[in-house]
Amino acid sequence: MRECMPCKGDKNGGRGEDVKNTAMVGNHAVAYAVMQAKPEVLAVYPITPQTTMLEKLAEYVSKGMLNAKMIKVESEHSAMASIYGASLAGARVFTATSSQGLLYMTEVIYWAGGQRVPIVAGIATRAIGSPWSIWDDHQDFVTERDAIWIQMMAENVQDAYDMTIQAFRISEDKRVIMPVMMGFDGFVLTHTMERLSLLENEDVDKFLPKKDFKLIDFEEPIGIGPIVTQDNYIKYRYKAMQAMERAKGVIEEIAKEYSNTSGREQYGLVEFYKCEDADYVILAMGAWAGDARLAVDELRKNGVKTGLAKLRVLRPFPKEKLAELKDRKAVLVLDREYSYGSGGVLATELKSALYGANLPIYSLIGGIGGKELGPSEIINAMNMVVQGKMDREVWFV
Amino acid sequence: MTFLRGDAACPGCPIPKELDAILDIYGKKTAIVVPASCSTVIMGDTVLGMPSPVTVVHSPFAASASIASGIANALKEEDANILVWAGDGSTSDIGFATLSGAAERNENITYVCYDNEAYMNTGIQRSSLTPYGAWTTTTPAHKHEFKKPLPFIMAMHRIPYVATASISYLADFKAKFAKARNIKGFRYIHLLSPCPPGWKFDANLTMEIGKLAVETGMWPLFEIENGKFSLSSISKPFLDKSKRKPIEEYLKLQERFKGLSKEEIDGINNYIDSMWSYIEEISKAKSPFF
Repeated sequence: MRECMPCKGDKNGGRGEDVKNTAMVGNHAVAYAVMQAKPEVLAVYPITPQTTMLEKLAEYVSKGMLNAKMIKVESEHSAMASIYGASLAGARVFTATSSQGLLYMTEVIYWAGGQRVPIVAGIATRAIGSPWSIWDDHQDFVTERDAIWIQMMAENVQDAYDMTIQAFRISEDKRVIMPVMMGFDGFVLTHTMERLSLLENEDVDKFLPKKDFKLIDFEEPIGIGPIVTQDNYIKYRYKAMQAMERAKGVIEEIAKEYSNTSGREQYGLVEFYKCEDADYVILAMGAWAGDARLAVDELRKNGVKTGLAKLRVLRPFPKEKLAELKDRKAVLVLDREYSYGSGGVLATELKSALYGANLPIYSLIGGIGGKELGPSEIINAMNMVVQGKMDREVWFV
Repeated sequence: MTFLRGDAACPGCPIPKELDAILDIYGKKTAIVVPASCSTVIMGDTVLGMPSPVTVVHSPFAASASIASGIANALKEEDANILVWAGDGSTSDIGFATLSGAAERNENITYVCYDNEAYMNTGIQRSSLTPYGAWTTTTPAHKHEFKKPLPFIMAMHRIPYVATASISYLADFKAKFAKARNIKGFRYIHLLSPCPPGWKFDANLTMEIGKLAVETGMWPLFEIENGKFSLSSISKPFLDKSKRKPIEEYLKLQERFKGLSKEEIDGINNYIDSMWSYIEEISKAKSPFF
């Protein structure tokens, strides 16, 4: 995989300041963002398609560009466990994984979520076996949705870079204190080179102050994650629920601040694209929001007033924001995963968010295990919705 | 340092005493990582008053060595001690890969296995450290596999320090922790930790059982420093088989060994003899482990 190193580049459009314009594959863009965030402890364990992200971080460490301890663990379970321990001891931490690896670390994902410590994990999304598939879908990512983690999902390489830096801020925000997962589509983004702008290191430093969280204090010893009574356990969980709700405002606020820092508009929980006057809306999360964007433009050319609601954050689920869709004629939801025996996860979530509203919600299940689905299929599906020919749930097999 | 100000250990359980002795040596600047085990319960609920005078980081079953690795890599305090306090199940079974990984990386932690020879917290199920011949709820007709030779397995990881110890020999126990404290890198200390309800003996016999384990040759006390094996002075006489007490003295006090056939007792004796022949070999070897 060829890589362009970032270089001092062009003037950035209207801002008139120097920014770094370059091109990178998604894994390297996220690694670059992580380097700029200056984590002190990283855990590394390989799995396709995440591996080249951690290889790049190893290179930054070995070249002295990043002053971090790199724990070369023997499993994903230990990757999450070791950075959990490091976070308790005050370090800013990062690891990354995919698919089977994410499932294997899930016990500790829940453990870290329950304890609510700042952690950022990059998730290069990938189908889950069996049968084996190394290709992209979102099954691994949505499987973690009840783990008390904030879950963000990028549309493109720029988004993945920007979200990674924001993820550290959100995770360490005193009102939140929660681990954050930054998802981006395996291969579609991890291994695809795109143009992007990078922040200057000083701007990242300003945006991301030193981490101020440490639970291990030898002067004031405590028990971390002890066995508790029933009365106390439910209080932990109740507080987690409240913090997750608070996170909605914090994510929006941090996105706004990042917009000012970067000069690129950030949309917080949801980005509404051409939704103001839209009769029909597509809801999508991840890389194929880009395909949906093209579909929207194309449909509009043919007189179908369509918009896109791009879900940037799966947890906390932005129910209130999505309630804005309630007066449309219909919503078409793209799901790249499935809750077997129930339905597409995003479709189900949207139905719950729009409970009581009188509009049909159509579910298109596609892209499972990397099966191609592009703008033309989305356009076809939307045309069928408009013509009343679409079933409520369709699998693109 | 007095460890447990009122703990939830069973009568006769050596765990509070063992932790007490360790913290006497390791001091206040210690964090203990505890995976799911009896000690999870013994450590109690922080909200209601934690019995530990030092920080306790609770851990999922298979994660303690890696959580400790993370803490050790993150802490700025050079003189802090990170201790894993884990039972035999999490050490030799579910957490074994994690332990092996942390040892291979030579993480700067002390890993202590308090071996009560079965999953005791869940009610006496066999582990790979349960000895041959022992009754457990999952080996109702006694176990017929041998105990994993874990201290030797750990020594093969080329770590700087491995030791076995018993709370029945407090001076030896403390001397080993005092030595371990001053070593940098991965230290592995394996304690035989007699369990009255699990082994089914009277709670006032804990120290006696611990002594008999050593005197019958079941539990040899030794150190392996940078690959060099040395038998502790208490165990030295037992290189001579005739100095070892008959195994029946150890077995008869514990109901878990009740009803063993002659062949099964022979099996235990053969195990002891072959372990001691191995010890004799490695005592003579210059660098038996690496």
